[in-house]
Amino acid sequence: MSAYILRRLLTTVPLLIGINLLTFVLFFVINTPEDMARMHLGQKHVTQEGMAKWTHERGYDLPLFYNDQAEGLDALRKTIFVEKSLGLFLFRFGHSDAGRDIGADIRQRMGPSLAIAVPSLIVGLLLDISLALLLVFFRLTYLEVWGAALCIFLMSISTLFYIIGGQFLVGKCLQWVPISGYESGLDAIRFIILPVLIGTFAGVGSGVRWYRTLFLEEIEKDYVRTARAKGLSETRVLMVHVLKNAMIPILTVRSMPLISKISRLSAPWFS
Amino acid sequence: MPQLLPTDVLFFLTIFGLSGLLIYSLGQTHLRRPWQKVFQSAQAMVSLVILIPYLLVAVADSIRFNPASFEGEMATQAASSEPLSLLDLGLQRLRLSVEKTYSAPLAVELHAREMMRLPDGREIWSTPRLRYGGSHLIDPEGERMADLLRRAMKGLLNGALIWLLLSLPLLVFYVLRTGGGRRPLLEIALGQTRFPWRAVLVAALFLAMMVGVLKEWAAVYHVLGTDKVGADVLYQSLKSIRTGILIGTLTTVATLPLSLLLGILAGYFRGWVDDVIQYLYTTLNAIPGVLLIAAAMLVMQASMARHEAAFQSLSLRADVRLLALCLILGLTSWTGLCRLLRAETLKLRDLEYVQAAKVLGVSQPLILFRHILPNVFHLVLIAVALDFSSLVLAEAVLSYVNIGVDPTTESWGNMINTARLEMAREPVVWWSLASAFGFMLGLVLPANLLADTLRDAFDPRRVS
Amino acid sequence: MGVISLILGGCGSPPNNPYPLEEGLQNILYTSFEERPKHLDPARAYSANELEIIAQIYEPLLQYAYLQRPYQLEPLAATKLPTVTYLDQKGAVLEDNALEPTIAFSVYDLELRSDLVYQPHPAFVRKDDGAYRFHDLSPKDLEGIQRLQDFGAVASRPVTADDYLYQIKRLVHPEVHSPIAEMMADLIVGLRPLGDRLALDFEAREGKGSWFDLRPYPLEGVEVLDAHHIKIKIKGKYPQFRFWLAMPFFAPMPFEADAFYSQPELKAKNITLDWYPVGSGPYQLTENNPNRRMVLERNPSFHEDLYPRIGEPKDEALGLLKDGGQRLPLIDKVTFVLEKETIPYWSKFLQGYYDASGLASDNFDQAIQFSGVGQAELTEDLLSKGIHLDTAVTASIFYLGFNMQDPVVGGLDPSHTRLRQAISLAIDEEEFIAIFMNGRGVPAQGMLPPGIFGHLEGEAGMNPVVYDWVMGGPKRKPLAEAERLLQEAGYPHGIDPKTQQPLVLYLDTTMSGADDKPLLNWYRKQLGKIGLQLVLRTTDYNQFQQKMANGNAQLFRWGWNADYPDPENFFFLLYGDNAKASKGGENAANYKNPEFDRWFLAMRAMDDDEKRLEIIQKMQAIVRHDAPWVFGVHPKSFSLRHAWYRNYKPNLMANNGLKYLRIDAALRAERRAEWNQPIFWPLALGLFLLIALLWPAWRAYRLRMRSKAR
Repeated sequence: MSAYILRRLLTTVPLLIGINLLTFVLFFVINTPEDMARMHLGQKHVTQEGMAKWTHERGYDLPLFYNDQAEGLDALRKTIFVEKSLGLFLFRFGHSDAGRDIGADIRQRMGPSLAIAVPSLIVGLLLDISLALLLVFFRLTYLEVWGAALCIFLMSISTLFYIIGGQFLVGKCLQWVPISGYESGLDAIRFIILPVLIGTFAGVGSGVRWYRTLFLEEIEKDYVRTARAKGLSETRVLMVHVLKNAMIPILTVRSMPLISKISRLSAPWFS
Repeated sequence: MPQLLPTDVLFFLTIFGLSGLLIYSLGQTHLRRPWQKVFQSAQAMVSLVILIPYLLVAVADSIRFNPASFEGEMATQAASSEPLSLLDLGLQRLRLSVEKTYSAPLAVELHAREMMRLPDGREIWSTPRLRYGGSHLIDPEGERMADLLRRAMKGLLNGALIWLLLSLPLLVFYVLRTGGGRRPLLEIALGQTRFPWRAVLVAALFLAMMVGVLKEWAAVYHVLGTDKVGADVLYQSLKSIRTGILIGTLTTVATLPLSLLLGILAGYFRGWVDDVIQYLYTTLNAIPGVLLIAAAMLVMQASMARHEAAFQSLSLRADVRLLALCLILGLTSWTGLCRLLRAETLKLRDLEYVQAAKVLGVSQPLILFRHILPNVFHLVLIAVALDFSSLVLAEAVLSYVNIGVDPTTESWGNMINTARLEMAREPVVWWSLASAFGFMLGLVLPANLLADTLRDAFDPRRVS
Repeated sequence: MGVISLILGGCGSPPNNPYPLEEGLQNILYTSFEERPKHLDPARAYSANELEIIAQIYEPLLQYAYLQRPYQLEPLAATKLPTVTYLDQKGAVLEDNALEPTIAFSVYDLELRSDLVYQPHPAFVRKDDGAYRFHDLSPKDLEGIQRLQDFGAVASRPVTADDYLYQIKRLVHPEVHSPIAEMMADLIVGLRPLGDRLALDFEAREGKGSWFDLRPYPLEGVEVLDAHHIKIKIKGKYPQFRFWLAMPFFAPMPFEADAFYSQPELKAKNITLDWYPVGSGPYQLTENNPNRRMVLERNPSFHEDLYPRIGEPKDEALGLLKDGGQRLPLIDKVTFVLEKETIPYWSKFLQGYYDASGLASDNFDQAIQFSGVGQAELTEDLLSKGIHLDTAVTASIFYLGFNMQDPVVGGLDPSHTRLRQAISLAIDEEEFIAIFMNGRGVPAQGMLPPGIFGHLEGEAGMNPVVYDWVMGGPKRKPLAEAERLLQEAGYPHGIDPKTQQPLVLYLDTTMSGADDKPLLNWYRKQLGKIGLQLVLRTTDYNQFQQKMANGNAQLFRWGWNADYPDPENFFFLLYGDNAKASKGGENAANYKNPEFDRWFLAMRAMDDDEKRLEIIQKMQAIVRHDAPWVFGVHPKSFSLRHAWYRNYKPNLMANNGLKYLRIDAALRAERRAEWNQPIFWPLALGLFLLIALLWPAWRAYRLRMRSKAR
């Protein structure tokens, strides 16, 4: 087991390098140093010398990967890639071009993002699982048919409509919550309740469907049949045996969405 | 002379390719049973009835003509320097009847009030009549309702008639094949046939009548209203169909070779090949997709700006961007299928018949092609069907955050993006949003239902 | 439901209140920022959103009078307006009315107020031995320090003339990149050599990352006579220099602050001069979180500053003079909230959570209607809420420029001029304003917007090339006139005789979103009216700039926002020596007409008198005839404010208007409560529906349980 973990950990090193290289290339190919200089020096009275000075000072006038002006190892070291990008591995985010420390910025923004992502993940998980259990419980009745159809219907609607509609209805028409903004502490509830609700609701269609398939697969297994044969009640079979065994794929697969959810969900709200 | 843009060519190639693949798979013995299951499912067949018109619109919108080649009256009517598609020409009226600004669905007046000068020189603050919508009415308040109803009735009748004309030969064919008499018809009416004739026919009837009504109304009204600059929303929604379908299909085409090749190779050869391929898709997976797409789109835009001489026409520029979006989406979404294929191949390579082929000295490419590929076909089919709807939805989200299709391309995402601002108006301008919602749901819901049936039929384990 | 309303409702305030509940009745102004300001350093800040904040904190030497029009300067940190003496090459004093060529230098003599004191700040705190307590921080000292407040000790000191000198030197500090460095280096005597020397010494200094003290470096052109008396010597005669003195570039900067913020450990914590200003103005920045909000609070050591007692005649009736003689500032705290999108902003304005609002075009119909005489008025809906509307024509111009170096549209000969005139005529700016600006603009008749000296109203100020004076108003000439001009230009009906095809022109523009599509189509349509074809070349902003710098564009869209209310600030955009392609200046059209240039040089340094007015009209006539621009639009700014927001008067030049404003917090709290009643019945309905849905489920469950039991 520990060997496996060690191997996985070791493979993350090339992984991180790959990610780093990819983002670096994408960013610097799009943004020429001149673009950045113009962005930061404003629009009026900008001269060519001013831009050259700016790029030199920030070190953006170096070559991207290989510096043929420098000697020996410096040919690799005196490049934008090494100076700007590799430091990320040491959590050295450096300063943004506006002169702000990026690490501090990330810490500051993480709060609201997590405040939405974590509750909506938990609420979503609970809601999805309980609804899926209900559907499985009523399997082969009209409730299951219509429930499954409803799920497909809900997942056929673009997330955008949930966001726009939710904001419009709850924020503007009903005036239940503030339209935008954020406060820390207990006050935050007023601000995160709507995003959490929308996030949960937007995911309920695909979520319930997915858990339902898991449970249905589980329910056909032998141990369930044995349990039933022993005379256990249907509720007990579902709540104890099926749920417990289905938890394994749920936990392994659901830990991934947590990460993507943080990056995804918070975007439209706080970006 | 027809003029084809890059995406048009690829779209047609895709359609031919996919249909070829489907026909081939229909002939495969091990796939016959699942296909039968699909064909007997009312849900799938009704979905298909709805999807086919969508596809037809997309095809009609992909056959283009250069307006320079038009002569005489056609040229003056076209009034455009960009290529026009069959759909554009068919909807000439919708395209050209541009109002001044917002008007509600089926309205005869503008949505917002403005200063109007009366013939007698007085000025009043009121809503002016539309230039085109309902312009045939003399007294709109009194006549509009009756006019709408009359046209609706006519549309219903027309629709029913066309439905009858289309379905009669089919019915006759069916009845003759099953031996004639009244029994087959009775079976259809009771829904006892194996192929869900009744559901399909009823769905087709509804669809035909709806299109009939729409056509009658659209001839003199803006059925779904007009947008900020007075363009018809129905026309925009119809034009958006091509974008949606293109993204759903072309992206898959970009995905398939990559995921097929890499997935099968990784699963079959294992060892370092497997490691490299796994490394590749884990890396790609670790970067948030939106970020990757945004970056790639920006690179693309920057390089287009650098070579602007090659992209003089707006439509070509928009088209290349659409194509690029498809490719980029494809590059970020191949990992899922790749992983599935790898797992499946891992299992297949140890099966007896593959081992037997190996022992008999069949060459490796041949094994892959003859023995592995056909047996992972069902996975590919399911993935294509499932991806389609999620890609259509993804387009909307991407365009919403301005990294999707070109802002000049009609797409549901762009419609939603602009409609978002309209929701803050008072009174609310809801129809752009509602149209995008309706048309998207009309495509994605049947696609999802179809995919659902496909999955149930083809995947023995039922887990995606 | 009760629980929910409890959570949401707090204690009595509406549940959708986005602010901390205890702020309800406090004297706070709520406004927003769309994008985090990039620089709050007075030597760098130049954009409107940056000035909006730092102009409340830093006090330059002069300011614009709040109520008076036309705009005029009044002393702020100075005791009176500067006295200017002119010197010749040898340094001898000249008469005030000396001719320009003999004037080699102008000296601005400024006496400063002695009661200006900096805001309390850790940079000024000294230890018992007199050394600065926080100027030599070690990483250990900084544990637990995240914000400026965490230092736990503050001190202050009076503002002296040396601080102004220090700030002027900072304009050429190699690390600061002041946007006006180049300009001022050419203007202020000795500033350019100083800049060169600083650059050398800065590169060569020991101990990178430590404070680079500017005090030892002398600056020839600035003389500090005593603690409250300073003289600035500039080259030649440049009366517009006084306007620059009213910008935060000329605010005092204590060297202590520079020394304090130069510590690398503080930079690592985002505590920099660019982010935490130190000024003597009415407000100090107490919270600065660019991801959420920025807060200005009253500066406790602010000097005496009184609300003006005189204004325009109509101000009395508008109630703008009621606070005359009151001590400023009138508001305790100003909260800038991050609000990236216009919709939430507008909705929150209507709910009473923002006190004032600009107007996005999407909210326009809801808010504004035009009365019979074309005057904008509020709709009844908004009037009933007690909202006021203020309009003002901005000191800016949007135009469509021709590249005068282009072989097709450039050139001053008659036929090329005719082509440009025909295009000017064909592009219907009135329609543009109606469709794309909701009527929020006036068609430009020349280079100068209303409110700038030299702008004339009525027939005298009309552009006779494009307009006729009909029934007391300018009327665009008929299209036939444009066709005639086009014929004379050698393109009958827009057909190029060389190719027998319609003449094709190219418009370079940056395109940002879906909204631009109809705009570009509109331009195509305008040229189509006279048979010309327009090809649009959309690029990103940097490419566009690059093209302009190389002089590769043909037609382009651009705009200019005045730095100060003087015609020179507009005419220099067409001065030949400012050509963009050859000289890197702001003359993007690369227009060069020797006659215009001669008048420009003459007009530039004149005082606002009859003779200047005459010259300006001559220059206007020249550019109207030559038509290097299609004079587009002077936008109008519309702003709305609630009834509790008082003393507001649109002032397009002054940025430091916050101190004059007044908020009636009690009225605001009352209105907010009235407008934000939450609607809870849909919740009850939803619950009912849910129960109705679950009922069959429950019944099925019961059935199943029973069947099991059997």
